[in-house]
Amino acid sequence: MQTTLKVNGKTERLDLDPRTTLLDALREHLHLTGTKKGCDHGQCGACTVIVEGKRINSCLTLAVMHDGDAIKTIEGLGTPGDLHPMQKAFVTHDGYQCGYCTPGQICSAVAVLDELKAGIPSHVSADLDKIAFSRDEIVERMSGNICRCGAYSNIFEAIADVAGEKA
Amino acid sequence: MPLKFDTPAGINPIDRQNVIGRPQDRLDGPLKVSGLAPYAYERHDVAPDAAYGVMVGSAIATGRIVHIDAADAEAAPGVIAVVTAANAGPLKKADSHTAKLLAGPEVEHFDQAVALVVAETFEQARDAAKLVRVDYAPGKGRFDLAKEKDGAPLSPDGFAKAASKAGDFEAGFKKAPVKIDQTYSTPDQAHAMMEPHATTARWDGDQLTLWTSNQMIAWSVRDTATTLGIDKSKVRLVSPYVGGGFGSKLWIRADALLAALGAKATGRAVKVALARPQIYNNTTHRPATIQRIRIGADKDGVIDAIGHESWSGDLPGGGAEIAAIQTRQLYGGANRMTAHYLATLDLPEGNAMRAPGEAVGLLALEIAMDELAEKVGVDPVELRIRNDVQYDPEKGPSVPFSSRKLVECLRTGAERFGWDRRNPKPGQMRDGRWLVGMGMAVAFRGAPATKSAARIIVDGKGRVTVETDMTDIGTGSYTILGQTAAEMMGVPLDHVTVNLGDSNFPASSGSGGQWGAASSTAGVYAACVAARAAIAQKAGFNADDADFVDGHVVAGNRRVKLGDAAGPDGVTVVDQIEFGDLSKKFAQATFGAHFVEVGVDVETCEVRIRRMGGAFAAGRILNPKSARSQVIGAMTMGIGAALMEELIVDTRFGYFVNHDMAEYHVPVHADVPHQDVFFVDELDDKATPLKAKGVGELGICGAGAAVANAIYNATGVRLRDYPLTLDKILEGLETA
Ligand code: FES
Ligand code: FES
Repeated sequence: MQTTLKVNGKTERLDLDPRTTLLDALREHLHLTGTKKGCDHGQCGACTVIVEGKRINSCLTLAVMHDGDAIKTIEGLGTPGDLHPMQKAFVTHDGYQCGYCTPGQICSAVAVLDELKAGIPSHVSADLDKIAFSRDEIVERMSGNICRCGAYSNIFEAIADVAGEKA
Repeated sequence: MPLKFDTPAGINPIDRQNVIGRPQDRLDGPLKVSGLAPYAYERHDVAPDAAYGVMVGSAIATGRIVHIDAADAEAAPGVIAVVTAANAGPLKKADSHTAKLLAGPEVEHFDQAVALVVAETFEQARDAAKLVRVDYAPGKGRFDLAKEKDGAPLSPDGFAKAASKAGDFEAGFKKAPVKIDQTYSTPDQAHAMMEPHATTARWDGDQLTLWTSNQMIAWSVRDTATTLGIDKSKVRLVSPYVGGGFGSKLWIRADALLAALGAKATGRAVKVALARPQIYNNTTHRPATIQRIRIGADKDGVIDAIGHESWSGDLPGGGAEIAAIQTRQLYGGANRMTAHYLATLDLPEGNAMRAPGEAVGLLALEIAMDELAEKVGVDPVELRIRNDVQYDPEKGPSVPFSSRKLVECLRTGAERFGWDRRNPKPGQMRDGRWLVGMGMAVAFRGAPATKSAARIIVDGKGRVTVETDMTDIGTGSYTILGQTAAEMMGVPLDHVTVNLGDSNFPASSGSGGQWGAASSTAGVYAACVAARAAIAQKAGFNADDADFVDGHVVAGNRRVKLGDAAGPDGVTVVDQIEFGDLSKKFAQATFGAHFVEVGVDVETCEVRIRRMGGAFAAGRILNPKSARSQVIGAMTMGIGAALMEELIVDTRFGYFVNHDMAEYHVPVHADVPHQDVFFVDELDDKATPLKAKGVGELGICGAGAAVANAIYNATGVRLRDYPLTLDKILEGLETA
């Protein structure tokens, strides 16, 4: 099936098996392997990308469902010579170990801060009208991104740093 | 000539600590955070035409494959080949593997590979894999450790001896005025590393290359060659980035063998990743244990007799989980015994997972110590201090510890945590709906080191390159090896390039058993010593006088730029560290103390970790930043072991039921508070030339027991059967 994806600002026309997930379209067809496959079942968050401004698990959605969508992946956030502040903070705070969950964590973290700005509540928000940065809010929202290396304590500090908050 | 480490390290360039011992960002960090570090399944660069292989796993635990009908799969769109044991050609089983990597005709465990379907696309291969029809003759199996435990024999001696004794345990225990005699159990656990086992394989003539996700390159070259019946020189393994291992990637697994076979069958590069739900039954796991601990002490809690027996199970020919190993060295007492018994089980292969032995042994032993502390009315920290011993208690004062700063860890850790605020009486602290409790436990893990080689290249510009087959599985190897070379060659870290994980490089210790950091940095040290000598000689220095500082070779008032000394062609040197018998003359281990505060919901008994911290001693801390990460990561795995991790055995059909990331729970962000990690100052000159020990596994050791003891302090419910889920606490509270 002909599908057009706008990935990191670039228009990509693909001819895809309709069964291809967005994740595999990125990894196997566009060779954007920064987005990781940890489970392929929506259980780990390693495949998190930002579609039309919202984070999703790219393994849980078919590429053909995103015809025309703007997709931001880890490669679009920054490059080693020009890192996004969140990428930089992960390096500074050692918010990773093996690095396999890392692109998903970073994409999620960037989107989480946007969610707070947009006033989107979470399960732990005490007041639906006042959505603000707190440790509880962050760790709740990040809990779909598993890090088996257990870098959580540092990941929170990286996110707090980018948000301009004290960890 | 290999550098033999057989006398304690004197002063050497590492002691300057210009680069070593300072918190450094990871060299591989920018690539990892930008998604550009290529993992095994992502090698479009070297295998652009790779076909896709999908594994078919056995639907039975034991028995035989009567027939495989692959006709429909072969006829499916895009399918290029179906590989089974029947058409794979002769395969051998390497000694590292208990079960074969490809079943047939016998099946040894559930989800053992029975076929590989190779197709043009992943979607085609995945669909066709479902069309492979396997006709089985199922056999009977033994799946229940509790049932098979009685009469289980002592395990064969493996990494450690099956049993040990000193003094007369039975007599000592019998006459002890205070006795603890309890049984504890820990479930099967999964490594659940984030990157599935994956391999891209390509044959160039008779030469096989595996881009794979592996901790131990040299072992795995050996095992690949053995399995395929080819010469080691025909196998190359490349594993520069590994998305976590924790022991599950110490050996090649089915993905590697199947990719190699698929590539052979198709004449194409083939890549295979195990699907997440296959990993738990196809690969290895940490075996469940049942442990009996007996401690005999005087009224002050000083131990006279200590006995630790552990039962675990494995496939025929497998090994035991050596859960009693720490009890041989951790606490004093004249009368001692330990024993590991091994039952035969037909579950998937049991094997090493982060801190095999100690991780689950301490889950039991450190509850027993908490029970003893309560019985004699001594503070748990003080009880450990009273039972500290500065020599190997099985061998006596003639074998002292090379360095043992457990008491410092206990005191410092307690102070940082605010342990004095703990109420020793359980169930006394309350914060709203939370019952609050504090617990502690000791961390202990052996400090093995093993031979390790490296190549050092210094070019005419003074740039230093390190090459070794050492792997970085998240441990920070790139960075500490770079720091070692920078310190030794007298250059800043950004003048060093580190290339790892390729069997074309000199063979290292690899990553396992907490020996990686200590051994591989010693290997780079040895190569740097040789490189310094070669460069000094080349530039006309007397090698003994020449020092390497600030990018120069210096002796007396002569000062030559490192690049000029190396000359336009540069200098390339390979050397190796070897370890003598210091580890026999001295007991060597790493130590620590964990402190945890939990809240237990008074209605639901849900447990939340409120605070967690600890102090640790592991020799010189090479990179405090990544070492801390190792410890917090391991503590997090300890939280998992305490509260949620359990592979549930279906004892009818013999497999792990909860075989994915939704059902096998591991800690997530919301489960983990800020973790305070303090490293006690320590240089262990009998460990390595860098006076360093590993720290990758120490943090898991004891962490879960500290959680268990905190739950007891919060609720008064003493649980001895991990994981400590809310139903068990609730039941305890109701019957209390
Ligand atoms: S790969 Fe998508 S959630 Fe795990
Ligand atoms: S860094 Fe390894 S899983 Fe998060």
